[in-house]
Amino acid sequence: MIPPILIRSIGVIAPGLTDWTTTAAILRGEIQYQPAPLPPLAPLLLPPNERRRATPPTRLAMEAARQAIEPIAADLTHLPSVFASSDGDLSLIDRLCEGIAQQPVALSPTLFHNSVHNAAAGYWSIGSGCMSPSTSLAAGDATLSAGLLECATQLATECDEILLVAYDLPGPPTLDIHRHFETPFACALLLARDRSQTALARMALDPITAPDPQGEDETHALSPALESMRAGNPAARVLPLLQAIAQQRAGKVRLPYLDGAVLSVDLGFQPMPSEAPC
Amino acid sequence: MMRAERVCLSVQSQMSIEPLSVTAFTLVNALGLGCSASLQALREARSGLTHCDLPGIALDTWIGRVPDLESAPLPDGLQAFDCRNNRLANLTLQQDGFDREVERVRAGYGPERIGLFLGTSTSGLEHTEAAYRRRTLSGNEDLGDDLRFDQTHSNFSLGAFCRTRLGISGPTQVVSTACSSSAKVFATASRHLLSGLCDAAIVGGTDTLCSTTLHGFASLELLSPHPCQPWGRDRRGISLGEGAGFVLLERLPPSPSRPALLGYGESSDAHHISSPHPNGLGAALAMRAALDRAGLPPEAIDYLNLHATGTPANDRAEDRAIAQCFTRPPRASGTKGWTGHTLGAAGVTEAVICLLALKQGFLPANLNRGVQDPDLALDVLETGLEFSPQIVMTNAFGFGGTNASLVLGYPR
Repeated sequence: MIPPILIRSIGVIAPGLTDWTTTAAILRGEIQYQPAPLPPLAPLLLPPNERRRATPPTRLAMEAARQAIEPIAADLTHLPSVFASSDGDLSLIDRLCEGIAQQPVALSPTLFHNSVHNAAAGYWSIGSGCMSPSTSLAAGDATLSAGLLECATQLATECDEILLVAYDLPGPPTLDIHRHFETPFACALLLARDRSQTALARMALDPITAPDPQGEDETHALSPALESMRAGNPAARVLPLLQAIAQQRAGKVRLPYLDGAVLSVDLGFQPMPSEAPC
Repeated sequence: MMRAERVCLSVQSQMSIEPLSVTAFTLVNALGLGCSASLQALREARSGLTHCDLPGIALDTWIGRVPDLESAPLPDGLQAFDCRNNRLANLTLQQDGFDREVERVRAGYGPERIGLFLGTSTSGLEHTEAAYRRRTLSGNEDLGDDLRFDQTHSNFSLGAFCRTRLGISGPTQVVSTACSSSAKVFATASRHLLSGLCDAAIVGGTDTLCSTTLHGFASLELLSPHPCQPWGRDRRGISLGEGAGFVLLERLPPSPSRPALLGYGESSDAHHISSPHPNGLGAALAMRAALDRAGLPPEAIDYLNLHATGTPANDRAEDRAIAQCFTRPPRASGTKGWTGHTLGAAGVTEAVICLLALKQGFLPANLNRGVQDPDLALDVLETGLEFSPQIVMTNAFGFGGTNASLVLGYPR
C-alpha cells in the first residue's frame, strides 16, 4: 500500500459550483444546487498576450488550480503538477479536422500549438513560473483515479506537495454524439505527503484491480443534476469524494478505475500520530 | 482543519533511485520492423526518410513512414480499436519476442501486477480526420459509426488497446505531453514500481503520421523542405516520422549484463507553448535531475542521444543546456535524420536506440548534419562508431515546455 496522502485544499469550477466553500455547503445539503452558466474565466496568472490565447479547457483547469493554491500560499515556482483530462479540447479538435477536410487545408498555427494535451499544463507553468515537473495524462473514465494514483506515487518517491488538476468539458455537437460530457467540470486538489502541517482530510489509496460488483459510488441524496454531472464527466467522478470531505464522513469512497475496477479511497480526518523527532 | 504535530520534511527530490532492469525492448519506425532492422540501417547509413507521398497531402516535405501499415489489420476480436496508431502498436508488439516476454511476466507476477504506461501525442487523430473528410464529401451531418471515438481517437485508446491485447490489468495511463510523452512514461513507470503498485511495467509509445501534424508544423514554418539536418548550420526544421517502441521494466537485482533505467529527470520551461527556453534552462534541469537520480556525475555519460529536432531554436536551446550540464561534453548524436521526428514516440524510439547502443556496442551517426554550425558548442558524431558505452543519456523535449531526460546503462 502506498503511504497515505493529505488533501490540503480544493478548487472546483462547474456550472453552479464556483468554489470549494459553496460546493461543500451544497454537498452537505445546506444550500440547494442551482445550475447556472459558468462565469467568464480569466486566467489572470498569465501575461495578457498568453491570456488571450488560452482556450476554454485551459481557463477551466487554471481556475480550479488557482482556487486550490490560493488559501495555502504554496510556493508555486516549485510545485509539481499532474493534469488529468480524458479528452482535452474537443472543440479545437473539431476546428482542426474541419480545416483539414477543406481544400486547400486551412489551419492556424495557434490552433495547432494549443492542440497538445499538455496545453493547460504549459500555460499553468508559464503563468506560475514553475519549472518543476508536470505531467498530462488520460485514462478515459478512469482519468481521475489515474491522476490520484500518479500523484500518490510522486509523493511516495520524489516530492512533498503536488497539484492535481482534473478537467473535461463538452465538445461541439459533431463530436458530442461520439463522446458526451454532460457539463464542464474542473477540480484541483493540492496534495501533500502525510507530514505537512494542515489539511482538510487524509486519504489512503488502494487500487482494486478486479471488477467490483458494487461499482463506483454515486453522489448520495443530491439533486439529479449533480448526479448526472458526476456520471457525465470523468473529472466530476470526484464528487462522492468531495461530498464525503464536505460532510467529514470517514471511511471508504469508491472511484471508478479501469474495466469495472475501482480505486478505493479511505478517508480520514484525524491527524496521524506525531512523527518521531527528526 | 486537522493539524499534525510536527513538520518534518526531508528532501527527496534528488535522491537516487533503485535501478530498474530492462528485460525486453523493441521498436518499429521508418527504418523497419524490430531492433535488427533499425540497427542494420544505422550501421549501413540508410535513412528512413522519403519525400512525402501520403495521399491527399501536398506538402513539400520528407517523412519517415512505416511501410504497409494500411495492410496490417488488428487481430480478431480487437477490430473496434482499428486505426493507424493501434495498428502500429500491434505490429510493434510482435517484434523481438516482446509478446513472449509479456506472456512470461504475466505468468510470473500475474496480470494485475503489470503496469502499462504509454505515450502518444495524437493517438488516433488520423482516423478522425478521415471521418471529417468523408463527411465533407458526403454532405452528411454525422461523422458516422466507424469513428469509434473511445477506441480510436481518445487519448486513452492506445492504453485500452494494449491493455486488452496484452491481457494486462495493472495500473494503466496514457501520458500525452507532446514530444516528451514516451520518455516521461519511464518516470511514471519507475514511480509506480517503486511505490509497489506493480512488479513489472510495460512502457512505450506510438505516434502515427496525420494531416494535422504535417499541416500544423507547416503552419508554424517548422517543416524542413529537405531531409531534416539536426545540429547542422543549414537546418530548416523537422521531418516528421511515425514510430512505436516498447520496453519492459522489472524490479530485479542489478546485473552487470543487463541494462537498466538508472535515472530520469523531468522539468517545465515555464516559457512559451511552442518555443523552447532560449538558454535551455528547463532542458538543463531535466538532465541534471536524471544524473542526480542515477547518482552519477556528468562525465559518466558515454553517449548522449540528443533531442535534436533540426529546428534552429530547438537545437540551439539544447546546445546551451548541454553546456550548462557538461564541462566535457560526451559523444553525442541526434537520430531524427534516420527516423524523422516521431513526436509522442520519439522518447521511447531514442531510448531503444540507446539500449541498442548499450547491447550492440554501436553509436549511431548524426545523419545529414551537413556543415557544422559555428553557433553550437557541442560537436556530434558524423559517422557511426563501434564503441561500447556503459552509461548513456537521451533527451526528449516538447511543446508546452515539457522536458524529460533518461539515463540508461549497466549498473555499477
